[in-house]
Amino acid sequence: MSAPPYAGELGLQLCHTCDKVCLLDTHECPRCWSVLHPRKPNSLVRTWALLIGALILYLPANLLPVMYTDMLGNGSESTILSGVIEFWRGGSWDIAVLIFIASVVVPCIKFFVLGLLLVTVQRRSRWAMPERSRLYRFIEIIGYWSMLDVLVVALVAALVQFRALSTIEPRLGILFFGLVVVLTMMAAMSFDPRLIWDAEKNDVR
Amino acid sequence: MAEAEASRAPLVICEHCDSVYQRPVLARKQTAHCQRCGALLARGRRLSTDQLLALTMAAAIVFLFANTFPIMGISMQGLSNEATLWQTVEALAQGRITLIALVTGLSIIFAPALQIILLAWVLVHARAGRVAPGFRACMRALEHLRPWSMLEVCLLGILVAIIKLAGMLEVHPGIGLWAMSMLTVLIILIGGRDVRGLWDELGVGRP
Ligand SMILES: [Zn+2]
Repeated sequence: MSAPPYAGELGLQLCHTCDKVCLLDTHECPRCWSVLHPRKPNSLVRTWALLIGALILYLPANLLPVMYTDMLGNGSESTILSGVIEFWRGGSWDIAVLIFIASVVVPCIKFFVLGLLLVTVQRRSRWAMPERSRLYRFIEIIGYWSMLDVLVVALVAALVQFRALSTIEPRLGILFFGLVVVLTMMAAMSFDPRLIWDAEKNDVR
Repeated sequence: MAEAEASRAPLVICEHCDSVYQRPVLARKQTAHCQRCGALLARGRRLSTDQLLALTMAAAIVFLFANTFPIMGISMQGLSNEATLWQTVEALAQGRITLIALVTGLSIIFAPALQIILLAWVLVHARAGRVAPGFRACMRALEHLRPWSMLEVCLLGILVAIIKLAGMLEVHPGIGLWAMSMLTVLIILIGGRDVRGLWDELGVGRP
């Protein structure tokens, strides 16, 4: 079984928006009129920028409180991690694990995997190419589940509004956390997984 | 020569590694994977245009229910309160953090709403054998909206919120929640790539 040819070798490129096979020297998809690029433009620079931006915002996202709870006059602020610990102590370890995975494990996996992909692509590494492809698809799928905590805070804050008895309000941390999710999603979108395979070719860009 | 090649043999290109293959003929539910990187290359169309349109109409109705009725309510010492999807988004629209309300609004209200409207527009025309005005823009918008539509995450969020609050007060799921669950399933069915079949079906952009 011989390896399939690459699109570039046949003078072809893919329209990312509508899947049409287009000629390499056209600049606009004849079918959907999207702008064509053989590779996503400035993929590495953009992905690095978004990834570093997300990493920086990840600090305030974890250090600042995401929620303020007022119970019968006793106010307290909680961060993402203290929320997880509260669930754990309260006996709902399953929810604690769920939120921990969505808010801590998933973003950290994304940081690590995107960093790994960027570094290996820049070194034109031929190491574990199918596995690295699979890793990329994995973070593409799991990325948006991190929005979970933002939605939980929003729901709880919308519901618990009893002036005298109890109120819950969102706090600044949730903004940073939401931005981290958006930036990591954009970073994953701007990374071009075809760059992984370009290491196999000799005459790339 | 490349010109002739591109138009004669129907080809597919793997979007994850740029490998070129002959377009496989796939039955319903069959899939083809790239032999180089393992990515999904093509999938047999699951839903016909008629089915897509029917499900889109159902989604439109369910969407109205999901956004009109409260998702859930709580009660505590004789007091009670309810929240709709919109009020959930509004709860985040406070001073400095308003930006996150916009992101949330996009992911659980606006993106699904636009998906339904755009799909209905192109599908109603396609069913009559016509290419909808603005077809290309609609199809491009549908592709770009897909990753930002996050109803399934919202559904899990509701579940977590219910468990979180059930510890301290009474929680009752509302009509909006049932509608949300149905909407989530419908958006997963209609929001996928099946709609790309319209390009060939309507012969758009064919010389
Ligand atoms: Zn491939």
